[in-house]
Amino acid sequence: MSAVLEIEGLRKTYKSRRRGTRNALDGFDMRVEAGQVHGFLGPNGSGKTTTLRTLLGLIRPDGGRMAMLGHEVPHALPAVAGQVGAIVESPQFFPQFSARDTLALLAGAGEVPPRRVDEVLELVGLRDRAGERVKTYSLGMKQRLAVASALLKNPKLLILDEPANGLDPGGIREMRTLVRDLAAAEMTVLLSSHILGEIQLICDSVTIISLGRRVAFGPVDQVLAQHSQGAVRVRLEAVTDLPAAAEALIRAGVRVTGHPDHLMLSGVDKPAIVSRLLAEQGLYVSELAPVVVDLESVFLELTATAPVPGQHRQVDQSTKVGEPGQPGATTGGWGA
Amino acid sequence: MSLYVTELRRLFKRRLTRLLLVLLILGLGGIAVVFSFSSHKLSPAVIAEAQAEADVQYQRALGDWRQAVTECDAAKARGENTEQRYGPDCGREWQPQPEMFDPKWNLPYQFDFRNEFGIFVAVFAGATALFAFLVGASFVGAEWSTGGMMNLLLWRPKRLTVLATKLAALLTTLLGVSLALGALWTVAFWLIAKNRGTTAKVTAGVWQSSALDGVRALGLILAVGAAAFALASLGRHTAMALGAAVGLGVISEIAIRIGVAMAGVRFGDRWVLSTYALAWFQKQWTLLDHRSCDFSQGQCSPKELIITWQDSALVFGVGTALVLVAAFWMMRRRDIT
Repeated sequence: MSAVLEIEGLRKTYKSRRRGTRNALDGFDMRVEAGQVHGFLGPNGSGKTTTLRTLLGLIRPDGGRMAMLGHEVPHALPAVAGQVGAIVESPQFFPQFSARDTLALLAGAGEVPPRRVDEVLELVGLRDRAGERVKTYSLGMKQRLAVASALLKNPKLLILDEPANGLDPGGIREMRTLVRDLAAAEMTVLLSSHILGEIQLICDSVTIISLGRRVAFGPVDQVLAQHSQGAVRVRLEAVTDLPAAAEALIRAGVRVTGHPDHLMLSGVDKPAIVSRLLAEQGLYVSELAPVVVDLESVFLELTATAPVPGQHRQVDQSTKVGEPGQPGATTGGWGA
Repeated sequence: MSLYVTELRRLFKRRLTRLLLVLLILGLGGIAVVFSFSSHKLSPAVIAEAQAEADVQYQRALGDWRQAVTECDAAKARGENTEQRYGPDCGREWQPQPEMFDPKWNLPYQFDFRNEFGIFVAVFAGATALFAFLVGASFVGAEWSTGGMMNLLLWRPKRLTVLATKLAALLTTLLGVSLALGALWTVAFWLIAKNRGTTAKVTAGVWQSSALDGVRALGLILAVGAAAFALASLGRHTAMALGAAVGLGVISEIAIRIGVAMAGVRFGDRWVLSTYALAWFQKQWTLLDHRSCDFSQGQCSPKELIITWQDSALVFGVGTALVLVAAFWMMRRRDIT
C-alpha cells in the first residue's frame, strides 16, 4: 500500500528568553496509507496541532522530512494544496459573512466550481442555514462549516483536527458516517480527536504522540493487541474451586489476581492453555474470556495521562519515548 | 487572477467597507451641498446693491461727522474744552471719504474656482485617506484576527502571493474609488463655481495645477492605505494600525516637538511629520529661524528652510516602503498559530 502522508524525524523547537526552549516536535514520525482513516491521538500539548500546522505550511519546521501525496512539503505544497483539504484546530471564519459567502470565496480562491459549494453544504447539513451569518452559528454548526470548507476541493487527503468538537450526539454519528463514506470513496482521512471511542470505531490505523514523539502506531487492532497484556477472566463451575485453580495457574507461571467470583490472569498468550491446565486438575471452566482493552486505556497507559486520585496532572506531564527507563532519554517541556 | 477577483469580492462583501464608503460619499456630498449654499454669484445687481449699501454707509458716516463738528463748534462757543472729546479742530480732518467704504465689504462670499479649489482637493484627500486607512487596516487585520488568513493559506499556500494579491486588491479599489469620487468632487465644485461662484481665469495651466494637486492627493491616499495594511498585517490585528497611527502622531507632534524645542534645534519642525504633510499639499512649506535675528540691528529677515513636496514624497515614500517590506518579510518568516 502506498503512503499518502509520510513524516520522518520532524522537529520544531520554540525558544523563549523567559521560559527557555521547548521541543514541540522531537523527531516525530508518522505514515498514513492510501485509502485509510488514520487516527492521530495525543494528550493536550503533545504536538498534534503543531504537526498538522507544520504539514500544511503554517509553521516552519526545524528539521525532518514530510511528504504528502508523493510530494515533499512544504516545498511542493502549492502543487498538492488542491488535493488536500484541512481544518486545523477550532473553526475560524469571518463572522459577518454567511456560510455560503465563506465557501464561495474559498472556492474562488481555489478555483473550485461554484456548484461545489451547494454540494458540500448539503453534505454537512447546512443547506437551510447557509444564508445566515457565521456569527449566529453554534460551535457545532461552525464545525460543520469547517468540514464543508475542507471538503470543497474534493480532496484526496482530508485532514480533520477535532472535527467532532461541539457536535451533538447525532452530529457525531453523522460525522462518523461521513468519514466512513469518504474513506469508501477512496479518500484518505487523517483524523485528530480526543473522542477515543470514535477513533476506535472508524479508524483503520492510529498514531499516538506524546511530548513530540511517536509512542505507538499501526493498525488499531494491532496497537490494541500489543497492549492487551494477555489478560483473561476465568470463572469456574464451583466458586469454591477458585483457590485451587489459582494455585495451579501460579505453579504454571501465570500471574493471577483473585476476585470473589472469578480470577483475572495476565501474561496469557493462548487462553486455551488455561482451559487445558485446569482440566488436568479436574477443575472445569464455565467462562474463559480474553479481556479486551479499548483505545482509551491504551492511550492512557502509553501517554501516562491516566488520572491519579489526589494529583493534578499538568499539561506537559506525559510519557516521552526515551525517558529514564526507556532508551535515549531526553527531557521535554519548557526549560529543556 | 481568480485570487485577485476573490479578494476584490471579499473587500466589497465586508460590511465595514460598504459602510465607510457610504459615509465617505455622504460626507463629501454633504460638504459640497453645504458649501454651495454659502457661495453667491456676484451678478451686476448684487454688485450694484453692494455699491448702494456702501454709498448709504458713506452718507451716514458723513452725516454723523457733520453733526459731530456742529456739536463741537457749539460746545466750543460755550467755552467748553472740546479737544479731548472731538479732537483738534473739532475733528474736521477726519471727514469720511468715499474710498473708505469699499463696496466689496458688502458683497456676499463667492467661490473662486481658480484660487480656492486647491483647498478642497486637500479636504477630499484627507477624508479619502481616512477611508483608506480604516479599510486598509481592517481588510487584512480582521482576516488575521478571525482566522480567515489561515484558512486562505490552507487553500493558497503561497504566503507572499496571497499578501501581495490582497494589497493589490486594496490599492486598485482605493484607486478606483479615489478617481471616481475625485471626478465627482471636481465636477461638483466646478458646478458650484459655475452657478454660485466664478470660474474666471481658469486656464489650462490652472487645470494642470489642479491635476497635479489631484495626483499628490491620490499618492497620499494610496500610501496611507498601504501603510495601514502593512501595519495591521505586522500586528495581525486592525488595532495595531490604529495604535501605530496614534503613537506616531503623539511621538511626532508632541514628543519630538517638545524635544527639539528643549534642545534648541534650529528648524525643529523639520523633524515633525505634519510639516511634510503641509508641504505635500501646498507644494512647499517654509520654516523660519527667528533666533537667527539680531533685533538690535532693527528689522530682521529670519533664515528660511524650504521643505518641498519632493522632500515629503521621500519621507512618506520611504516610510511606507519600510513598513511594507517589514510586513512581507514577517509574512514570509512567521509561524501562523
